[in-house]
Amino acid sequence: MQEILYSGKRVLCEEGETVLAALLRHGLDLPYSCRKGTCLTCMVRAVDGTVPEAARRNLKTTEIERGLFLACQCVPVAPLALMPVRDAENFGRATIRDVTRLASDVCRVVIRPATALYYRAGQFINLRRRDGLMRSYSIASVPRLDRDIEMHVKRLPGGEMSGWLFEQAEHGDEVGFQGPNGNCFYIPGRSDQPLLLIGTGTGVAPLVGLARDALHAGHAGPIHLYHGSRRVEGLYFNGALHALSGRHPSLHYHACVSGEAAPTGFRSGRADEAAFSDLPDLAGWRVYLCGYPVMVRTAQKRAYLAGAALSEIMADPFDLRDKRATPRRNAVERADVW
Amino acid sequence: MSEASLYERLGGAAAVDAAVDIFYRRVLADTALSRFFDSTDMDNQRAKQKAFLTMAFGGPNTYTGKDLRQAHKPLVDKGMNGSHFDSVAGHLAATLKQLGVPENLSGEVLAIAGSTRDDVLNR
Repeated sequence: MQEILYSGKRVLCEEGETVLAALLRHGLDLPYSCRKGTCLTCMVRAVDGTVPEAARRNLKTTEIERGLFLACQCVPVAPLALMPVRDAENFGRATIRDVTRLASDVCRVVIRPATALYYRAGQFINLRRRDGLMRSYSIASVPRLDRDIEMHVKRLPGGEMSGWLFEQAEHGDEVGFQGPNGNCFYIPGRSDQPLLLIGTGTGVAPLVGLARDALHAGHAGPIHLYHGSRRVEGLYFNGALHALSGRHPSLHYHACVSGEAAPTGFRSGRADEAAFSDLPDLAGWRVYLCGYPVMVRTAQKRAYLAGAALSEIMADPFDLRDKRATPRRNAVERADVW
Repeated sequence: MSEASLYERLGGAAAVDAAVDIFYRRVLADTALSRFFDSTDMDNQRAKQKAFLTMAFGGPNTYTGKDLRQAHKPLVDKGMNGSHFDSVAGHLAATLKQLGVPENLSGEVLAIAGSTRDDVLNR
C-alpha cells in the first residue's frame, strides 16, 4: 500500500492498484479515457516521489522532463505527490521592461518576472493583461543567458493584445503570466545529434532561444535553422542569426523567402521545402517545427517519412483559436503569435 | 511448465516499440492509404498503431470487436475496403520481415491481425 498526495489530498493506493483507480475510488475527479496508456488523457504531473518507468513509456522525453506521467499506467512503488497539469500552471507577476520594433509588424517584448521563472528556451507562456485578456507567446530568451523573458509579437489586424503591446504598453506596466508550457525545447545529453529547426514568421523566436541554449550547452552536432516568410521583411531576425551563425560554425542559418524575389543571401521558396530538399534523410535527427500550423503539420509528416522518429519531432503549431471555443483540456490558444 | 506467450517470444513492449515506427511510416507513405490517415494528430495516430500492434503481437489489450467496428466505421464510410486492409496487412508482414522476426512467429501475428478483418471492415 502506497500513500499518494493528489493536490494535497491523501489517498492510499492498494497493492497493485493504479493511481487513476485509487483516485477514482476516492471520488476524486480526474479526466481519463482508455485506461490503457494509449489516449494520454490522464496525464498528471509528479511534484515529488518516484514514478515507475511503465507510467512514462508512451510519453515524449520532453514530457518526462516536465515530470508528467500517466495515472492509469502508474502502480506506485513509493510515496508519490502529484497534481493536475492545469493546477501546476498558476499565474505569476511580471513587469514590462521593453518593447522594440523588429519589423513593421513584429516587436520584441521583454518582461521581468517578480520571481525567477524556471523555464526552458523554446517553451511558451500565456501573457495576461490586467483586464484578463490573455494570449500565448513563445519565449525567445534563454534562462541561463538572459535575465529577462523575451518574446516576439506579431501584430495582427484587429489583434487586441498585439495592438496594445505595439501602441500602449510601457516600461513598468504590470502583466501576469502562466507557464512555461510546451515541449519544444532542447534536451542536453546527445551532443552529436543533428538538429533541424524550421520556423515561419515569429515561429523563429522559440527556435532562436533553443539554438542558443543548445550552443551554450556545448552541442557539437550540426544545427540547421530554416526561417521562412513570404517577404524579406518578415525575416526580421536575419542580422542577428547571421551574426550568431558567424560565431558558431555548427549553426547553419537558411533565410527563405516564398512570396517575392529572393535577394542575394536568401533562398527562394518555402522554409520546409528548402529543408527537406537539403536534408532528405533525417534518421537520427531531432526536429523542431514552430509557426504556421499547416507548415508545422505538413512538415511533421514529412520529417517522419524522411526517417525521424516521431518522438524526436517537436511540433508547436501556432493555432489561432478563440479560447472560449476550446473547452478541450490542456488546449492552449496561440492567438497573436504568427 | 507453460510455454512463453507469443508476446513474450516476440520481445514484449520493446518489440512493439521497434515495430511501430517502421509500420506507421510504411502505412503513411503508402499513397493508397494515406488519405485514411489525414487527421492532423500524428502522436495520437501513432498511439493507435501501437495499440493495434500490441494486440497483434498477442500482448495485453482490451480491444473488443465493438471497439474496432466503431473506430473504423468512419473509414469504411470514406471508402475503405478489403484491398486497403490487405495493404496494411502487407505492411505489417514487411515490418516483421525487416525486424527479422522468424516466420512461425510472424505467421501467428498475421493470423491475429487477419482475425480482425470483418470487424475492421464493419461486415
